[in-house]
Formats: sequence, structure tokens, C-alpha cells
Amino acid sequence: MRDPMSGTLLDTRRLVETPEGVHLELRAAGPVPRFLAWSIDFLIRAAAYFILGTLLSAFGRFGVGLFLILLFLLEWFYPVLFEVYRHGQTPGKRVMGLRVLQDNGAPVGWAGSVIRNLLRVVDFFPFLYAFGVVTMLAHRDFKRLGDLAAGTLVVHVEPAAQGRKLPAAGPLPPPLKLALDEQRAVVNFAERSESLTWQRAEELAGILELLTGTEGDAGVRRLHQYANWLQGNR
Amino acid sequence: MNQQEFTRRFEKDWLGLEARLDELDQVKRSAARTSADFPRLYRQVCQHLALARDRDYGAHLIERLNGLVLRGHQHLYEARAGVGVRTVQFFAADFPALIRHESRLFWISALLFFGSGLTMMAAVQAFPEMAYTVLDPRQAAQMEEMYRPDASVLGRERPADSDFLMFGFYIYNNVGIAFQTFASGLLAGIGTLFFLLFNGVLIGAVAGHLTNAGFGPTFYPFVIGHGAFELIAVVLAGQAGLKLGFALLAPGRLTRGESVRQAARVCVRIVYGIGAMLVIAAFLEAFWSSSTVVPAAVKIGVGAVLWALVGFYFIAVGRSHGS
Repeated sequence: MRDPMSGTLLDTRRLVETPEGVHLELRAAGPVPRFLAWSIDFLIRAAAYFILGTLLSAFGRFGVGLFLILLFLLEWFYPVLFEVYRHGQTPGKRVMGLRVLQDNGAPVGWAGSVIRNLLRVVDFFPFLYAFGVVTMLAHRDFKRLGDLAAGTLVVHVEPAAQGRKLPAAGPLPPPLKLALDEQRAVVNFAERSESLTWQRAEELAGILELLTGTEGDAGVRRLHQYANWLQGNR
Repeated sequence: MNQQEFTRRFEKDWLGLEARLDELDQVKRSAARTSADFPRLYRQVCQHLALARDRDYGAHLIERLNGLVLRGHQHLYEARAGVGVRTVQFFAADFPALIRHESRLFWISALLFFGSGLTMMAAVQAFPEMAYTVLDPRQAAQMEEMYRPDASVLGRERPADSDFLMFGFYIYNNVGIAFQTFASGLLAGIGTLFFLLFNGVLIGAVAGHLTNAGFGPTFYPFVIGHGAFELIAVVLAGQAGLKLGFALLAPGRLTRGESVRQAARVCVRIVYGIGAMLVIAAFLEAFWSSSTVVPAAVKIGVGAVLWALVGFYFIAVGRSHGS
């Protein structure tokens, strides 16, 4: 881990300190997944209007009145209710793996959710969320105007990280003492080996030819051995 | 302690916390949360996360702990205060106190809205054709149709069974307009300014036009009752929107962002109150104002009482609670 206070993180990660004094890492979500989430919610609302419209038209003028009230509630409060009662997730955000949080990582409450969703009007201005998109692209945490005023943040929900197994390899101490970040690089390489093609792994291991003394296939295996040793599989 | 041993020793805690969190995800928020060991487990895992980071353990382990702490954080710091009690407290004291606290903006908003309305009304009475600068002839004819003294119902043309339809329409339309008036304040107050003046001028033109046509005796008894709530609610929406705009333009000693965030927290409470007032207004407009059974004199009397009530509410209620 890089020093959390150094502020040199170059990606969209954002660190938040909890009252317990630990730093939480949040990954701010960009415009594309958020647009997709919005589209899903839009389709859900459209379907709801269609169904309600069909059902309520059977009740004549009373039905139309009720429909207008429900239309009002859905248009303005559909996101609010889901965000407050469903852990910051509308159905669309749930599908896209997004969640609304307060800036400090706490769950979004009524005030935050109502503000960010009422101010949607301004983000939509002058057409099709133009203001919202421009603000998002200009802000390091991809906040639209509503998020800025409400102090909220849309983040990716981290997938439940299963401790990935290192590839089995007999532990072997590296020939020289590695610094912490070097150790981490070796262990990360081994942990990620499942997601790399073998050719790419060989290419990467080739960089450390001076350390491993071999290259290609053997180089990769040697690094796996070091990783196992570093992780304490001795 | 290396990573493997660390994991071996504490995995039990992590699985325990994970199980607790899964349980909490299922439980409704109102249900009793008797998980006495949840905070202890959570803080334990917080410590593990800090240790794991400090000791540079593997990225996956840290991610896993980060995920657990994040979920725990959500549950531990979730707001759980009773909505019912807070709502009563809000309407019984906090809402009018809040409005008084910002009374300067209230008067600015009222001046913009009523000022533009009355000016337009006077202008239309002096020069009747002025009405057509904002109303197209079809709209004007429609308005005349709605408030003809010999009409069987007032307001929009409708049979008696459709009061509820109009109730729905007023909620959808009027509350939406109020929300827009507020929200567009974030555009440096310009949006709010526009909506206040636009709606003021429109209403003034209609009132002036109908007065010219001699339909005043049906129009004014119709609007006076719900007007107390509706017109004041529009002014309040303007007040909230202007507050947001001023927070952006003149943040004082705060950063602009912080200034807007703080203002928005206050404004959203005003918006709750506006919502309630407009639902009352919609109810009155649909079921009371439109009635043709109630004589005009009674409507005017009741309307005066409603205006007095609204005035009393914002001037006097909630003073003992301080603010």
C-alpha cells in the first residue's frame, strides 16, 4: 500500500478516514456506468408508468388523478426511496454495482438523497444532463452538481474479494533482500498470475531476469517461488 | 507475523463479521438490532485493516478487509432516528423558525413574486391588450371559460366526480414547479429569479385579464382559499432557491463547495415544508375552492381565516424553542 497521506494516487480511488482511524478506499464511478444505471432505472420507471396507466385507466377520472400523484412521486422520489432504504442503490445502480455514499463514506441519508435528486433538474439543464456531464468530467470524484451540493459520492461496490491463492510453487528465498514495494510487486504478480496470459507473465518476469537469473517459463516459476516464500509458505 | 499466520489467526473474526453483516443486510432497519458483538467485531477488523496496510500485506487481503470495514461502517453509522418524532417536531416548531431565520430572503422572494404579479395585474387593467403579451388568445379564452360566473363548476371544466383527478394534477404540476423554482437556484440564483418573475407575471396577467372581463366575483373566491398555501409556498421555494444561489455567489469565509453544501442542508428542510403546504393547497383547490355549493361570501371568509392561519404559523409558532 502506498502511504495514504501522500496523495499521489493517480486513479479514481479516494481515501476516507473513519472514526476508528482507518482509511477506507472508495472507487468513484464515472459517467458511463452511471448513465447505464440511470437508463435501467428509466426503463423501470417507464414500465411502471405503462402498467399503472393501464390498470388505473379502468377507474376513470379517479384513476387518472391517482396516476398523476404516482407519476409525481415516482419522478421525484423513486431514487430517494431506494437510496435511503436500499443501501444507496436504486435497481439500476444495483445492476451496475454502484452505490451512493456520503463524502465521509457513511450511508446517504434523507437530506443527502433528497438534495442530490431534487437538483437533478439543474444537472439535466439545458438538455440531457449536459451540465451534469460537464461537471462530472471536471471533478476528480465524478460528482455532478447535485452530488456537490449534497456532499455525496457514487462509488463502485467492491466485489467480495476472495483471498486469491498463490500458484503452488516450492518456496525459495530471493537471492537478495527485497525492499517492501519490491516484495509487494513480486507477490502481486503471483496473485494476479491467473488473470494474465502465460506469454504476458513471461514478458513481465523477463524484466526481472537479473534477479531470477533465468527467463521465460522458468523465470515466471521462480517468481512464484519467491512470492510463496515472501508470504510465509516455508 | 507474516500474512499467512495473520490470516490463519484472524480469519475467524472476519468470517464472523461477514456473517453479522449478511444478517444485518436482511433485517429491516426498524427491527431490533441486538447484535451486541457487532461493534466489537467491526472495530477489531478495523484494527486488522490498519495492521495489514502498515505491514504491506497482499493487495487481496487488504481489499477484503477494506470491503468488510466499508460494509460495517455503513451499518454502524446508519441514521436510525425516529422519522415520526422528527416530523412532528419539524412542523410544530422548526419549519416556521427556519423561515424566520432567513426572513430577509423571504421578503426578497415575496417582493419578486408578488411585485411582478401586482405590476402585471395593474398593467393589464390599464392596458387590457397587455394580457396578450404573456397569454395567447386561446389560453385567455380558456381562462374566461373556466371562471364564467354562470359556470356550474369553477376552475377547470369538469364533472363533479373528477375532483380527485384535479387533486392529482395540482400535486403533479404545482409541487413540480416549486421544486424547479428551488433547484434552479443552484444556477447562481438565476433560475429561481426566472421562475419567480415568470410565474408572478403569468398569474398577474390572468388575474388582470379576468378582472377586466368582469369575472372577479367568481375568480377571487376561487383562489383565495388555496392561495394562502400555494402562493406562500412558491415564495418559500424562491427563498430556498435564492439561499442556494447566494451561498454560491457569496460564500463568505467558507469555500464555495462547503457553503453550498451547508445551504443545501437547510434548504432541503424548507422544501419538505413546501411539499406539505402544496399538498394542502392541492386538496383545497380540488375539493373546496371549486365547489359551487358554497356561497362566495363563505369562501372569502374561510380564505381570510386561512391566510391569517398561515401568517400566524410563520410569525408566531415555534418561538419558545428558540432559534
